[in-house]
Amino acid sequence: MPSYSFTLNGKRVTVEAPADMPLLWVLRDLLNVTGPKYGCGVGACRACTSHLDGDEIQPCVVPVADCAGREITTIEGLADGDRLHPVQQAWLDCDVAQCGFCQPGQIMATAALLKKTPRPTDADIDRIENVCRCGTYSRIREAIKKAAADS
Amino acid sequence: MASQLSRRQFVVYSLAATTLTVAAPLGCDGSTAQGAEEAAAGARGASDVLVTGTDEEMLVLEVTPANRVVVRLPRVEVGQGVTTAVAMMIAEELDARLADVDIPLADARSKGNQFTGGSNSVSSLYGPARHLAATARAKLVTAAARQWHVPARTLRTRDTTVFGPDGRSATFGSLTRAAARITRPAVSTSPKPASKHRVIGRPATRIDARDIVTGKAKYTGDLTAAGARPTVVARPPTIGGKVVSVDSQAARAMPGVHAVVRIDGGVAVVAETFHHAFQARDALRIKWAPGPLANLSDTEIRSRLRAAVPKLETPPRGSAQTEAEFEFAFVSHAPMEVLTAVADVRADRAEIWFSSQTPQSAREDIAARIGLPASKVRVHVLRGGGSFGRRLNYDAAIEAALISKQARRPVKLMWSRADDIRHGRMRPATHHRIRASHAQGRVVAFAHATASVDESSEQGLSTQGGARSAVRAPAAAPLPSDSGLYNFGRLSGDSGSVGLAIPLGAWRSVDSGTVRTAEEIVVDEVARSLGKDPVAFRRTTLRSKAVRAVLDKVAKAGDWGRTMPRGHAQGVGVHEEYGSCVACLVEIDAADPKNPRVTKVVMAADVGTAVNPRGLEAQLMGTAVDGISTILRAGLHIDRGAVRESSFADFHYARQRHAPQHFEAHIMPSRRDPGGAGELGVPAAAGAVANAYARATGTKPRRFPLDF
Repeated sequence: MPSYSFTLNGKRVTVEAPADMPLLWVLRDLLNVTGPKYGCGVGACRACTSHLDGDEIQPCVVPVADCAGREITTIEGLADGDRLHPVQQAWLDCDVAQCGFCQPGQIMATAALLKKTPRPTDADIDRIENVCRCGTYSRIREAIKKAAADS
Repeated sequence: MASQLSRRQFVVYSLAATTLTVAAPLGCDGSTAQGAEEAAAGARGASDVLVTGTDEEMLVLEVTPANRVVVRLPRVEVGQGVTTAVAMMIAEELDARLADVDIPLADARSKGNQFTGGSNSVSSLYGPARHLAATARAKLVTAAARQWHVPARTLRTRDTTVFGPDGRSATFGSLTRAAARITRPAVSTSPKPASKHRVIGRPATRIDARDIVTGKAKYTGDLTAAGARPTVVARPPTIGGKVVSVDSQAARAMPGVHAVVRIDGGVAVVAETFHHAFQARDALRIKWAPGPLANLSDTEIRSRLRAAVPKLETPPRGSAQTEAEFEFAFVSHAPMEVLTAVADVRADRAEIWFSSQTPQSAREDIAARIGLPASKVRVHVLRGGGSFGRRLNYDAAIEAALISKQARRPVKLMWSRADDIRHGRMRPATHHRIRASHAQGRVVAFAHATASVDESSEQGLSTQGGARSAVRAPAAAPLPSDSGLYNFGRLSGDSGSVGLAIPLGAWRSVDSGTVRTAEEIVVDEVARSLGKDPVAFRRTTLRSKAVRAVLDKVAKAGDWGRTMPRGHAQGVGVHEEYGSCVACLVEIDAADPKNPRVTKVVMAADVGTAVNPRGLEAQLMGTAVDGISTILRAGLHIDRGAVRESSFADFHYARQRHAPQHFEAHIMPSRRDPGGAGELGVPAAAGAVANAYARATGTKPRRFPLDF
């Protein structure tokens, strides 16, 4: 079986996996990194959203072979030790979560958005595709604006 | 309105333990709980009895030497915020810091009430939780008073600590062993009056918020329990289809495949990872027999429903009629976390982990299905990634147990999103016929007849984990609304059904989600035919002052009647249930009628005491998005016995671009005991969205979702 090395949340890891194995299952089933969630497996719900070289990806549709030698960040790697990332802090301050299942993906999508668009408009926020079945969208919008203002 | 739990006599027991451990009985609901408690009081005589037996029927509070307050909760947390609300009740009466309170979820019990549903968790726990904590506090204070040789009444409590008049202090944890031996507390064991509340009624952040934002919160799929291996099931293309034959040779030969077993619902693959499991599943060559609905599609289901609606009563002579018929499509619960269960079934015992609203029924049913006594089956209840009623049923847990038994190994079964959407469960499709009869500007009779798809037991669907009590839609839906919300003269109603072998389930707000939504639309249409404003008409016809007050609140806060651009409009809806009431005002931009956007939502709710106003606001926000979704976009099609949709790409639950840019919730002040809130907002929000769309477009919406 081929083996792939990449940086995961700041640490070098090597996994043996089939080339077409989606990163999501590499993270969850081989590396026990369970912050990225399965919600659909087809990149539609975006509950697994994480970062590849700082850009937003849906690990459920990214084969592990595409990640070799690159840098992956999941929700577990977003904070700086005990100091939360401004997006996580805004999520906490606005008490965004209900069931919480989609929120790692929502937070990662927002962190990627703010990196490119530090002052997002309502229209920018509307382009976020991540589904929240609890319907926390209004608090997500509020938290995005707060994170933008605070960082 | 909510039963006044606080007026009842509560009994709190002490459990024999070396640390302070007190317990309060939990009844089945407000009314039966009273009987149970009276019986218990009669049997024991006193209110502070040492019990050495089981804590199964109780809410149990323990103070640990490490100064943690632990209350094992016989309910499930699925996002509704029950763990935070209970932690607040405990912190309030104990004078503990909220951060020192832990609310783990109790394993399935053999007795007592462990049902999460009907929006009754907060109202059923409000009395017992507060009495429990008040008793624990009294014992801690008494223990400190004895140690310090001072009168107990001179001591104060705050921040999980007892303070003496001279400035001495002791944490609850340091006093817990001494407090365990206190049988007669020297200070009151009664909860505080509401005027003294410092935690209850003030907005609090979820106790698990930090775990969630850091990715630490664990759901069933995140467990490594028992070394369970990833498992998926190949399911038939049609609902209720059956395996005729399976060639699993190729699948079994694939790397990482541990087992392939045939089950009722299809063929299960146990593998090293979910990737291997899905790949092997797709390599199975299965011949399927079509399910019992294979010749059935939406058009025929709709016409059968229409035909099953009973006749309306004859209208009063001389009255004019406003009549309407409505159709609601099937809707998936689609919680973000798909159904997942870990099962480790051995010859003589079994252990199951999953998120369940009905763990007691689940345990008994699973035990029966795998041929073990219930006492040999442990069910661990996990937090759920959403539910909306879906976790009342335990289809996946039964399936996981059967697969584990056959494969002789622990399994972690996950339904794919397509499994979840295509094989149910779902809110039943319904048809409504409503007639309001009016004379001299008043409604003199209101009739509402419905037909709903009813899950027939054909194909053994009833054995797929239907919970037994109170969760299936009742045969006779509440018609018209139970509460008789309006002064509409003579009320009448009837319901019919179309039995189909289709997996259904109670969906947030159950029948009210369609029945009351349809009624709110008709109320607007009656107002229009009488030449009255929808808010003014409701104000003069609503029976209850509380409902009028929430309506007034949204009308004022939402600036009802303000001038809107062409193609934009406001709409309102109200609802009363669970001892609570709610009003919703929405603004919609339907300038493009094919692509409407709800731009603003204003809600007001009177739920009695709002234990956590921030949690209540979150629940209202969720029901607003449910209303927007079910009215405008989200539904399931049935094509020749199969569900057409398979993911969030085609099941169009709202995303950020469909959610209002502005949301606000107003919570009416009240000292009444809490009513229910989790499901309350759905009919008001759905009705308001439909009414706003009607007013913006000049149409009469009849079939939901509108864009389908």
